[in-house]
This record gives sequence, C-alpha cells and structure tokens, in this order.
Amino acid sequence: MEKGKGVMGSRKWAVEFTDNSSTPSTRDIPDPPGFTRVPHDQDDSTLSRQKKDAEANWKSQKAWEVAQAPFKNLMMMGFMMWMAGSTVHLFSIGITFSALWQPLSALQGVGKVFAPYKDSKVDLLAPKLLFIALNLGGMLLGVWKLNALGLLPTHASDWVSSLPPAREVEYSGGGIALH
Amino acid sequence: MAMAIKLSLILLLCLSSLLAPSFSLFEDQVGLMDWHQRYIGKVKHAVFHTQKAGRKRVLVSTEENVIASLDLRRGEIFWRHVLGPNDVVDKIDIALGKYVITLSSEGSILRAWNLPDGQMVWESFLSGSKYSKALLTVPSNLKVDLDSPIFVYSGGCLHAISSIDGEYLWKKDFAIESVDVHQLILSGGSDVVHAVGVTDSSQFDTYEIDVKNGGLLKHTSASFPGGVYGEILPVSGDRFVVLDASRSVVLLITVNNGATHLQQTHVSDLIHGSSENTVILPSKLSGIFSLRTDSCIVFVKVTDEGKLNVMEKVDKTVVVSDALALSEGEQAFALVQQGDSKIELSVRLVHDMSSNHLKETVKMDHERGFVHKIFINNYVRTDRSHGFRALIVMEDHSLLLLQQGEIVWTRDDGLASVIDVTTSELPVEKIGVSVAKVEHSLFEWLKGHMLKLKGTLMLATPDEVAAIQQIRLQSSQKNKMTRDHNGFRKLLILLTRAGKLYALHTGNGRVVWSTLLQSLRTTSQQQCAGLKLRQWQVPHHHALDNNPSVLVVGRCGLSLTSPSALSIVDAYTGKELQNLGPAEHSTVQVITLPFRDSTEQQLHLLIDADKRAHLYPTTPEAASIFQRESENVYWYSVESEAGILRGYGVKKTHSSEYSFEARNLWSIVFPAESEKIIATVTRKPNEVVHTQAKVIADEDVMYKYISKNMVFVATVSPKASGPIGSATPDESVLVVYLIDTVTGRILHRMTHLGSQGPVHAVLSENWVVYHYFNLRAHRYEMSVIEIYDQSRAENKDVLKLIVGKHNLTTPVSSYSRPEVTTKSQSYFFTHSVKAISVSSTAKGITSKHLLIGTIGDQVLALDKRFVDPRRSLNPTQAEKEEGLLPLTDALPIIPQSYVTHAFKVEGLRGIETIPAKLESTSLVFAYGVDLFYTRIAPSKTYDSLTEDFNYALLLLTIVALVIAIFVTWVLSERKDLQDKWR
Repeated sequence: MEKGKGVMGSRKWAVEFTDNSSTPSTRDIPDPPGFTRVPHDQDDSTLSRQKKDAEANWKSQKAWEVAQAPFKNLMMMGFMMWMAGSTVHLFSIGITFSALWQPLSALQGVGKVFAPYKDSKVDLLAPKLLFIALNLGGMLLGVWKLNALGLLPTHASDWVSSLPPAREVEYSGGGIALH
Repeated sequence: MAMAIKLSLILLLCLSSLLAPSFSLFEDQVGLMDWHQRYIGKVKHAVFHTQKAGRKRVLVSTEENVIASLDLRRGEIFWRHVLGPNDVVDKIDIALGKYVITLSSEGSILRAWNLPDGQMVWESFLSGSKYSKALLTVPSNLKVDLDSPIFVYSGGCLHAISSIDGEYLWKKDFAIESVDVHQLILSGGSDVVHAVGVTDSSQFDTYEIDVKNGGLLKHTSASFPGGVYGEILPVSGDRFVVLDASRSVVLLITVNNGATHLQQTHVSDLIHGSSENTVILPSKLSGIFSLRTDSCIVFVKVTDEGKLNVMEKVDKTVVVSDALALSEGEQAFALVQQGDSKIELSVRLVHDMSSNHLKETVKMDHERGFVHKIFINNYVRTDRSHGFRALIVMEDHSLLLLQQGEIVWTRDDGLASVIDVTTSELPVEKIGVSVAKVEHSLFEWLKGHMLKLKGTLMLATPDEVAAIQQIRLQSSQKNKMTRDHNGFRKLLILLTRAGKLYALHTGNGRVVWSTLLQSLRTTSQQQCAGLKLRQWQVPHHHALDNNPSVLVVGRCGLSLTSPSALSIVDAYTGKELQNLGPAEHSTVQVITLPFRDSTEQQLHLLIDADKRAHLYPTTPEAASIFQRESENVYWYSVESEAGILRGYGVKKTHSSEYSFEARNLWSIVFPAESEKIIATVTRKPNEVVHTQAKVIADEDVMYKYISKNMVFVATVSPKASGPIGSATPDESVLVVYLIDTVTGRILHRMTHLGSQGPVHAVLSENWVVYHYFNLRAHRYEMSVIEIYDQSRAENKDVLKLIVGKHNLTTPVSSYSRPEVTTKSQSYFFTHSVKAISVSSTAKGITSKHLLIGTIGDQVLALDKRFVDPRRSLNPTQAEKEEGLLPLTDALPIIPQSYVTHAFKVEGLRGIETIPAKLESTSLVFAYGVDLFYTRIAPSKTYDSLTEDFNYALLLLTIVALVIAIFVTWVLSERKDLQDKWR
C-alpha cells in the first residue's frame, strides 16, 4: 500500500482508456474539427428497452407458468385420491389432509411465490388469480374427498348423536309384590 | 411425503403389535380378572365317612339341593352335584361303604353315587299312590340273597331296592290301609322290617314285614282317641314315644308280643313350669328322648319298667346332635350351648348322662349367630380313647368343623343363597404415601416388567415364567382397598337368605366384612327374611366425608302384610347405622326415587300392602323434596294372580308427613280365561343412555323411544302356563306387551301363536329381548322388539339442528302420547335360559352384549347386533357398512364367547352387571350356588391398554430411539464438518 502510494504520487503521465466521447463536458479539450459528436444515447436506450422488454416478457411467462403449476399438482392429487379409495384409513386420511394443507400453505405464500416476478411492467394479477383459483380448486377437491369419506358433518345424524336424551317429566316405579 | 407415510405405517405396525387385542381369553389369562367361588348352601344332613384309612370325608345334603363330599381336613369340595330346583334332597346315607344313596323329590327318586368320585351309579324312580313323608333306611349288615336291600318309604309304599344296581326287589303298598308310616326300624340280625305308623292320626300301627319278599308277617294296632302331633320316635326296640294332638301329653307306646300298651304322661309333670309348643326332638338315643318347650329342653329316660325319669334340663337354645354309635354298643351325642362370642360343646355318653365325656369351649364370631345344627363323628386316639369332631351349621348357614377345641375350617356357605346384590365404591386413596413405599413399589414394578420383557423376548426360564404368572395373578394392585382409576375395584354387597350381608372385594372375591343383621334375625316368635338391598347413600360431592351406605328391606313374618324391617348399613365397615325395624307398616314394593337430599341420601318410597306409600328417609328435607316432586311420581303394581296391572299416583294427605295415600289412575285387566301374566321386566333404573338417535344406513336417523317408565309384560293362555308339553300348540298363545306405567297406555302388543313360557326377558334402552318356547317349531326362540319415537322423526334438517331449532332435548311427558313404531324379529336359540341380562357401561356409548345364563349354568355373551330387527337376508352395501349382519334363522353360539369359560355357576339365578369407570368395560357378577365375577369389554378395551401391555418394551424402544437419534446426530455433524474441509 505504501509503495502504491509512492507510485501514484510520482505519476508523470497517464493514458485514459475509457471512452468519454459521450460526455464532452468532462474534458477541457475541444473536439477535433469535422468531428460531429453524434450522441449514442438513442441507440443505447433502445437496446436497454429491448432488454427490459425481454425480461418482462420472460417474467410474465414465468409467472404464468408458476400460476399454472398447481394444475399439475391438482391432477396428481386427484389421481392419488382415486387410488386411496373411499374408506377411512391412514392413507386416505393422509392424502386428503395433504390435499387440504398444500393449497392452504400455497395461498398463504402467494406473495412470496410471485415475488421474483415482480416488475412494474408485468401484470401479475391475472397469474395470481389463476394461481389462487387453481389452489382453491385443489382445496375444493380435498373438501370433496373429505365429504366422500364421510368426515364432514353434513347429515342430521352428525348433529343429533351428541344430543343427550330428553329428560322425562314423570317417574314411575313398582312391579310385582315382593315375596 | 412418501417417507412420512412409510414412517407412520411402521409406527402403526409397532403400536398394533404392542397392543395385540384379543377377543377371547387365553389360558394363562384365567384368573387375572375373574374369580369363581364354589359353595354348597346350608347343610341339612351330614354323613361322615371316616372308617377306613385314607381320605376322610363328610357327605352333606343342603337346602340348595346340593349333595357334596367334603374333605374333613380342609373343608374343600371333593365332588358336588347340584340337583334341580324341584329335586329336594330328603335323605342321604352311605350303602355298602362305597355308594352314597340320596332320596329326593319327595321320595320319588333314589340315586346312588360312587363315593370316591361322585359318579352316578344307578338311579331308580319310585312311584307312589299318594303323598307321604319320605323315609330311607340303609341296613348296614343285612344280606338277602347276596344283595343288600335299601328300604324306602315314599308315596304311601314301602320299597325294597337293591343297593348294587337299583333294581326293585319288592313293594308293599300301605295306601290301602291309609296308614302314615313314621319310622322304619330294622332290628339287628333279624329278617324283619318294622314299619311304625299312624292311621287317621288316632290309631297306632306296627307292621312286621319280611325283608325277603315284602310279605306281611304281623300287624298290631292300638287306638288312642286323642290323636297325635308330630312324629313317632322309637326309644328302644319295642318302645315309642309321641305327643298327643294337644301337645300336652307324652304317649309311651310299648309293643310286646303282639299287644300294644299305651301309657300317658303329662308334659307338665315332666317339666315344672310352662310347656308351650312342646316337640319331641328327633335324636335317636337308646332309652332316652328329649322334649323341647319354649323354655327348656329336657332329657327323659325311659326305664325298663316304662317309667319316665327326667334326667336333665338344659336351656332351650341348646342344640342336640343325633346319637353316634360308638364301638362297644355305646352311644354318644353332643350338646352345644351358646355363649357370648363363644360356644360350649359337650359330648355325653348315653349310659352316663350325668357327666360330660368331653367339654370344649370354642371362640365363635358372634356374626355367625346361633348354632342351628350339629353332627358329630368320633375317631380313635392313639391311647384307644374316643375323640370327637363336630360339624356345626350356624345361623348364617356357615359350616364349621370343630376338633379339640379349635375351629379346623369354616365355609361361608350362606353365599350360596344370595337374594340381592348391590355395589359400593371403595374409599379414595389417601394422598401422602411414604417415599420408601413408593421406591419399593417402583422397584417391584420395574422388576415385574423386566421379567415380563424377558418373557416376551423368550429369554425367561421356566421358573421365571411361573413367577410372571404368579405376579399377574396376585397383583397387589387389584386387591387394594382403595378406589382405582378405572373403577374395577369395588365392593359387591350381597344379601343372603340367612339375613347376612357380605361385602366382597371384586379383585379376588374375598369377604371384606360380613354382618348378621339384627333386624332380620329369625326368632322363635317370627320368621324374618331379607327382601331387597338398595343403595342408600352414595357420597359424590357434598358428603364426601360420609361412608356410603346401603338400605336393607326385610319382612318379619310370612304374609305380605307382615311388618317390615329396615336397616341401614355402612358399606365400608358393615356396621348397622340405623335399625328401623320392625316398622309399623308392611312392605310389598321398594321404589328408589331419582331424588337425593343434601347429604346424598337417596329418597325411597316403600309401598305397603294397603297401597300406602311411605317416604324414607323420614327427614323434613326429604319430605319437602318429595312434596315438590310428588305430582310427577307414579307407581304401579302387577297382580299376577288376578291378571291386573294398576297404576297409582300419590295423593296429598295431611295426616302424616311421610306416608301418602294412593289414588288409582289406571288399570289394565287381562282376560282371565285367555291370559295369565308370567313375566314382567323393566329397565334397570341406573342405566345410562348416551344418545337418542340410532344412525342407520346412509346416515339416516331413527329416534329411539327411551323411557324409563316402560314395562314389558308377557302373558300366556292359562292352559299353557304349565311346563312345556302340557298344552298343544293350538291352545297356547304368548302375548307380549309394552306398557307405559305412567298413563297405562299399551305402546305395543304382539301375539306369538303356538308359543309358551317360561319367558325370560331383558329391557334396555329402547329394546326388549325375550326368550320363550315355540311349540310348533319345537325349539326355543328369542325375539327382539325395538321401539322408536315417530314424533321426533321430522328432526332431520341439518341447518335447523345446527342452530338448535329442534325439540330433541325438551323434557317429554308420557301424557303427550308420542307416536311410536316398532320393529321386531325372531330367531331360534338352541339353549333354554335361566336368566338374561345386558352389559352396562358408565356412559352408555359402548355397544351392548346380552348375557345369557344357559341351562348348563354358564354365562354366554351374545352381541346385541345378532338380535337387531333390521337384519335382512341380503343387506345392501350401505347396511353392510353400518355393520348389519345378514339374517340367519338361528342365533350363533360361539364357544369362545362364554364369559364363564371353563367354570359353571351352579344353580345360576341371576346375572348382575355394574358399569366400571372405564367406558369400554362392564363388570359382571353371576350368582347362584356358586359366585362368579369377571369383566367384559363388548367393544374390546378401546380406551385402555391391555393388562399384559409391556411397558418395559415400550420404555426400551423409546430409550433405543433416543440413543439412535443422538448417535445419528453426532455422525451427521461429523460428516458436515468433513464436507466443509473438502
């Protein structure tokens, strides 16, 4: 470091490799005659815009892909549910509850899932809506399965069984005379 | 995800292998939670068999119609036979030194049993022309044509029967002479049987009959106009004594060379003082007879000249044994004098009455009451003198053997005649057990479980296996005198016919305490008997300091109008807390009201013969509670003879605070010419019903008609009320009713044509199951009726149910006349039945088992699902899922479902079920001559681990898992570090 400083301090000349052509104001030396400074600004901006557009495109495409991802999941879930059958046992319960839980956790993290594709130019509402709709669909599938397993209290019997028998007003006893 | 499922599956497998649920019992589980006690009942007669070397035994016949051979050393039963309830044993004796001869059923059945093992050798049916007293004489050394005949007088005939094979030898009919034979006498060595009897109670007859052919050799008679009372008793070979009809004169009858001489002596001359209720005691002493009056017992010697000399006068409570023939023609007999908490046994020789040959004082528990009977037996001591042992029967029906002033053994045979059963909780365990005790028990616990673990891993030696079984059987846990968490430990309180209360621990059936109730003791003035046993005070919340107590209701006298005796007994100590007897009213019914006062005493209504209701406890608080509720208290009576059911309400009277007049509200009169009441059944008052809904296929709901005020009544046509076979199928009709006992409304009536009783039934929740005989099919049948409430059937809208807009929990009144529907079905059942009961659990959630006491004295558990009226031949898929079984014509009897497994509850009379605190489990107590207790779990023990659950294995698994976690964690840490260095 010390050495470097010494070198810097005893500098006689320097060649600047950077092209400062676009910013003449930084130099004291005037442009040579005949040289008309054509600003490159126009070209540069179109290039970056194109780049940005591509990125946005890609982002929105990805967002749509992400939004559609639960559909595949849905299909797989449906298949697994079909495989699990309609009787209540460990396997069918596990699948049904995972079918209920997965969309729920996905819905909780909607913001996070779409965070990488956040862009002022990309409209994320539609994919988000699709994502939510598909997850809700998955959840509905889970609820439907739950009902198919008979675990939803949708019948009168589910509500009546817990009711105690009605109290009787009268009391009567007796029988054959003891002997 | 897949991993998680796999893991959970493995876990489930592990758990299920640990639980290992079992439906029936394994051999090594016998005695873990059940116990069986064998009894014989109150001994009527005893014959000793001690002549030969080897097993010394005593043969007894009892009032429970049991004949048994008992070990004289320990009192254990060698063998035992319980004859039917109508086969009363009249006489018992030993023939040929190897057969036990019993005469039963009023002298109509004679049987011989092999003495060592109790096998029946032969059986003879003796027919007679009229009813008479049964007499049995087994001559010890009489030989007729290589045969030893047995002489039986029954049905007005004298029979001679071969003791070898039970063949008839000859028969002599006395019915023509209308003589009533009192004694059969065989004088030693001669070939003549003397039959001594009375004709028209005014003529004394003796017959001499040839033992070879039954020919009449000689007949003498003498008349006495006064008539006779009781039995003629032989005093010596030719002398007899009898009381005259007025019971004030002793007749001495002398038969001499065909002439009969009568001699009269006034009782008042023999006994100076009162001589009421004089009887001649039937102890056959040579030359001596004994007279008992209200004040004393006198021994009277008959001299050769025919003079009566009073030898001794003893207290009337003295019990005299029969004469025992000693070796050299000498006779001995025993006297027992009752003292305070001791008895004095004295043995006297007949020729020397003045002094006691032997006198012993034995300490006696005063809870055993008075001595009722004594039988003596002698043995020859090493110094050739006679020793005596005495078998005594006490007031509480217990049997004791006394020898050398000690009680050698006792048998609590009062438990063979249980009348009523109730239970009591044990005291709550006191907190604050010493540390040493805890440590000790912890050590024991660990040791036990380590042993068990060894057993599971098959590392145990045979000795250790035996130790494991011992630990399981004698677990101190199950015999503790404190309440347990599962409610398995309880006190069974039993009321016996002797008026004694016993408390048995459910753990091993030991007697915790026993009390001879003073209010139920039979005295010479009145005969008392217990009727009912009810829980009186069950401390729950308010009166936890009090001990629970039971109410015993008895009756002093024989008729329904006799005054009743009430007593309240502490269930922990057996102390009689309160003795309310004899009360001034009679008791024909005991009604436990569903009300309690502030000290948790249950209110009871006792109905007397005049249909007045008496309220107990007699406190102002109880009276005010009853006054408040009296409008809704009803009672009914079933008059089976008249064929009438009557319902009553309580009428308010101002005469007495605790007794109420009844007002007749309704009556149902069954037509006497076509119906006779043979059975009535109600629900158990303490039964708990969990839900009113029955969920059927496709989640549909049916509402049960659950009413405690329902009675099941079965009637048959009067012709068919006899035994099976006494009526043709066309004549016999069985009609069953379900009747509401508040309004008298007949809810359901059903007729079974061609069927008859006996009907055994059980009513529970909304169903009744009953058992009867179908004469057309020649088989027993079981039918079920389920009754459903139609007025609630509309409650099927889920939304309305969610928001609570329904009438399902509003109190119901019988006067609202709910509409009901019934479903019923019948099935064949192989067995005839002695009793039916149903399992009961704490909350009523667990499914039910019917407990059927079969004719083989076993208890069979039958799942209620088999008697479901909705069973059909081809159930739909939904019905199959519901668990409905396809219909079969007969109910299956699965051998594994006998809850009594290898045991028999001889003379089974009742099955009691008691809910445990654990919902899955029900306690079952079956009683008859034997007692049996077990636990059943109709839906298996879904709420607890089984007894043999291996905690040590579980602990070991957990420890192993923790170690595995730790090891893998260390390994993974190390691997991570290595990865980072790479």
